[in-house]
Amino acid sequence: MFDFLTEYDILGAFWVTVQLTVYSAIGSLIWGTILAGMRVSPVPIMRAFGTAYVNIVRNIPLTLVIIAMSLGLYQTLNVALGGGTITTTNFRLAVLGFVLYTSTFVCESLRSGINTVSVGQAEAARALGLNFGQVLRMIVLPQAFRSVIGPLTSVLIALTKNTTVASTIGVAEASLLMSEMIENESDVIGLVFMTFAMGFVILTLPVGLLMGRVAKKAAVKR
Amino acid sequence: MRFSRVLRTGALVAAVGLTLAACGQPNSEEDANKSLVQRAEDNGALTIGVKIDQPGLGLKKPNGSYEGFDVDVAKYVAKELGVEEGDIEFVETPSAQRENMIQKGDVDMIVATYSITPERDKAVDFAGPYFLAHQDLLVREGDNSIQGAEDLNKNKKLCSVKGSTSAQNVRDDFAPNAQLQEYGGYSECLTGVENKAIDAMTTDDTILAGYAAQQPGKFKLVGAELSNENYGIGLRQGDSEGKQALDEAIQKMIDSGEWKKAAQKHFGPAGYEVPEPPTVGEVVE
Repeated sequence: MFDFLTEYDILGAFWVTVQLTVYSAIGSLIWGTILAGMRVSPVPIMRAFGTAYVNIVRNIPLTLVIIAMSLGLYQTLNVALGGGTITTTNFRLAVLGFVLYTSTFVCESLRSGINTVSVGQAEAARALGLNFGQVLRMIVLPQAFRSVIGPLTSVLIALTKNTTVASTIGVAEASLLMSEMIENESDVIGLVFMTFAMGFVILTLPVGLLMGRVAKKAAVKR
Repeated sequence: MRFSRVLRTGALVAAVGLTLAACGQPNSEEDANKSLVQRAEDNGALTIGVKIDQPGLGLKKPNGSYEGFDVDVAKYVAKELGVEEGDIEFVETPSAQRENMIQKGDVDMIVATYSITPERDKAVDFAGPYFLAHQDLLVREGDNSIQGAEDLNKNKKLCSVKGSTSAQNVRDDFAPNAQLQEYGGYSECLTGVENKAIDAMTTDDTILAGYAAQQPGKFKLVGAELSNENYGIGLRQGDSEGKQALDEAIQKMIDSGEWKKAAQKHFGPAGYEVPEPPTVGEVVE
């Protein structure tokens, strides 16, 4: 009954899922932090860009974002992101799509964290002669990050599960293998589903537990 | 106070659960055990699963009606079972849910490019086959660089729907060196071929013919018979009376010439040569 498990490279597929998640997480953390900086910056045009970007991209369904990467960027504009083969191109396009999308959520989490840092801190820092960048980098963001580890974990877990959307442009991750197995092993569909559901739980549960601990340790005691 | 709240929540959850469970089985136990023939006779109506997004086979039109070869076959066999066209309820059956929907009794039968395979045969019964399709390649009109599967190995870009048997066949057997692009649907593949981002698209020739017929003069079929797909009508396992009735109906459709007419109507415009009808009860390996 379980012999279908050995016929397929399930671990390999989940490895692609992990890679997608890790690259996208790093990318969205960087781009999301920059966006958050823009949204609280004193320059009106940066604030406007940050607000517009977040509100537009956040409200587009992820499937559309990912398909737009493949149909719009790759097929129509011929942007292959330096990928020589279809496989690497699709992987990079998917990561780009996830970064563009997930960074909006990172930005908003971070902004709520910035709001937890009392205004007095920024004022004191400014009184010491620090400029905006320095205030953000040295005073506000370190405290903001420590208070939003919890919400960011939720974003990370959502991202892990969102990577299944990459299968719509043919990235060979877990859910693409699942479609294949459903096609071939139609007599054990229930088991196939459970296998992949388990796989995702195994990936996300430890992340949640670990990050919960980190959040507790890192929280700013007030 | 706290306890009663827990109880109330529990009762609500149980009620919702029961309602959902009841929704899962629209037909009563007794009804589900009856053969297809009996159900058609008693209810005077049938629920038939079709594809709703495949031109030429099963396509839902903006006005809510359905058209395609599969739909014509469904209508014909339903009439043979004594159910008029107006009493057929067509339901979309996505590929991944076909076995499940038959087993649960959501549909009485499925006519939706349903290839007979040993794995599926374990879960449902098949009548027919009513059509013998082949995996084929669709290329741009005027592109002569692809004549068969072996040409794909020259680093050609090939597209198919994710997880499909056609995609797996190409990767594992016909052209392991071709670059395989998988998408969620055939439409994305087709735009890719049109944009020249992709060289060819592959799946059953019937499906390809349907797409090619939608935009005449843009695409053509290569005619490489890469596999045999025996389309059957899926029905609940163990319903031998229903299977026999369906087999007879299909045979009658072939003998009466209706089969040829329907095939010509839906596949003809693409320049796809309608093959001989299959022998009912004989699955071509």
